[in-house]
Amino acid sequence: MKHRPNFGAGFGALIWFGIVAVPIYVLISASLRPQAGYLAKGPISPITSPTLSNFSHVLDTDFPRYLLNTFVITFAVVGIVLVLALPIAYAVVRGTGWMNRGTFRLFLLGLAIPSQAVIIPLFLIINQMGLYDTLWAVILPTAAFALPLSVLILTGSMRDISLELYEAMAIDGANSIRVFFRLVLPLTQSGISTIAVFTALQAWNGFLFPLILTQSDSTRVVTLGLYQFISQYGANIPALFAGVLLSAMPILVVYLFARRTLVSGLMGVGGK
Amino acid sequence: MSRPSALWALPGVVFFGLFAFVPLVGVVYLSLTGWTGIGSPNFIGFANWVALAHDHLLVQSAIVTFILLVGSILVQAPIALLLGVWAAGPQRNRAVLSSIFFVPLLLSGAATTIMWRQLLDPNFGIPAQFASLLGGNGNFLGTRWGAIASLILVGSWQFIPFHTLIYQGAARSISPTMYQAAAIDGAGRVRSFFAITVPQLRNAMVTSTVLMVIGGLTAFDSVLILTGGGPGTDTSTLPYLMYSDAFKSYNMGYGSAIAVILVILATAISIIMVKLSGYGKMTSTQEGL
Repeated sequence: MKHRPNFGAGFGALIWFGIVAVPIYVLISASLRPQAGYLAKGPISPITSPTLSNFSHVLDTDFPRYLLNTFVITFAVVGIVLVLALPIAYAVVRGTGWMNRGTFRLFLLGLAIPSQAVIIPLFLIINQMGLYDTLWAVILPTAAFALPLSVLILTGSMRDISLELYEAMAIDGANSIRVFFRLVLPLTQSGISTIAVFTALQAWNGFLFPLILTQSDSTRVVTLGLYQFISQYGANIPALFAGVLLSAMPILVVYLFARRTLVSGLMGVGGK
Repeated sequence: MSRPSALWALPGVVFFGLFAFVPLVGVVYLSLTGWTGIGSPNFIGFANWVALAHDHLLVQSAIVTFILLVGSILVQAPIALLLGVWAAGPQRNRAVLSSIFFVPLLLSGAATTIMWRQLLDPNFGIPAQFASLLGGNGNFLGTRWGAIASLILVGSWQFIPFHTLIYQGAARSISPTMYQAAAIDGAGRVRSFFAITVPQLRNAMVTSTVLMVIGGLTAFDSVLILTGGGPGTDTSTLPYLMYSDAFKSYNMGYGSAIAVILVILATAISIIMVKLSGYGKMTSTQEGL
């Protein structure tokens, strides 16, 4: 089919491009400007004397520690989710009996539990466990709430493995552990990277669990740090914007190098 | 035995049970208690529920939640559908532009909302810069409908790219022969769009809309950061009301009762989701294995 240029659609797309690009332009340009310039001339004005002082100002605060905390949480959450979700999906796809079917239904139901709805009892549980205001208080619930979608995505990619391969290994007398490590893991790579990225994004961008389950400066994550900055910085908008950009920097780097994986990770349930 | 036993799933099931299902039962119990967050909850029967029935803020928050939800769907669904179909086209310029469209997805909800809070700032924001030209003071966040519109705007900016991805993926899987056949029959672009594209995207619409409903029902970060429920309590949503009752007024039992209402709404919606979206079918193929 020949492609006549569709001018109407192109025009609409350009409008949307403007809606996306203008705020991002303001975000970047303002972060490069001295504070006085932003306040005097307003957000949409050309940059005259660009400066990195806003970034160094933010990095002089406790912000690097927030970044470090968020990194630790993200790695721990991804680790826990992979270690737990892979065997679950394996049992659901290859296991027999009602327990495995029940497991799949359990996680389907779990998909529907909004984290807001259980935050009050979670607060009680985390307190009882003596974990309040530790990084674990954020890691454990975040990992738990990433499990249902991870299990769904992994069961999807494990079902794509052909039955002949499983049968061939069974004839060779391989036990379930051997099948898991020699067959299932290598053939589930794309599913694994999808859920790793999806889970990492959830952990990196998480807001509610850290807001409720931590309080001190030493356990603060970047999203909460930014929220704190609003009241701390007041009118120092360029510094605030520098903080916003710094908080997104790791994701931006992943986007540049692994766009496809990141996009499928972002899709999560939509990709199924 | 080459097949895994149920033991493989056990650690994950226990872990998920502890942090998701135990709290789900716990929130129902806590809604029957009085608890300030310190010490232990004490059972008070249905007192929270009786008080809730007379709370005009609950009704108001439910209405605001509903308005935000419907407003967001009306804004997001058509734009995401059109953009998704557009981005699914094979042209090179579309691929380049759509990679920029997805940039809002890279910012966290908190970062996005903080950015918009400053962009909409009554004194230093974009409206303020142009307000003098258009008349008016540019103080969107200071009025009820302005604040609601701002929440819909920020949510749309943040989530339209995600829904665009859903539609793009679905539109790519429509067979090109259907369009060729339509073109031979003399159907124009608009006709093909409504006769082929829209019906073929039915499943994507269901998925996307259900996710919008659940997202709208549980919208919290943006309300807290952008409006703080204000002006006054004009933009208090159900999750925000729960948060402020539980963690600002330290009335955990009362907040739990609101949380139970949220759970019931979300469960009802997700049952519809399982019915409509074909997740149920996935279970049955698995049973046949």
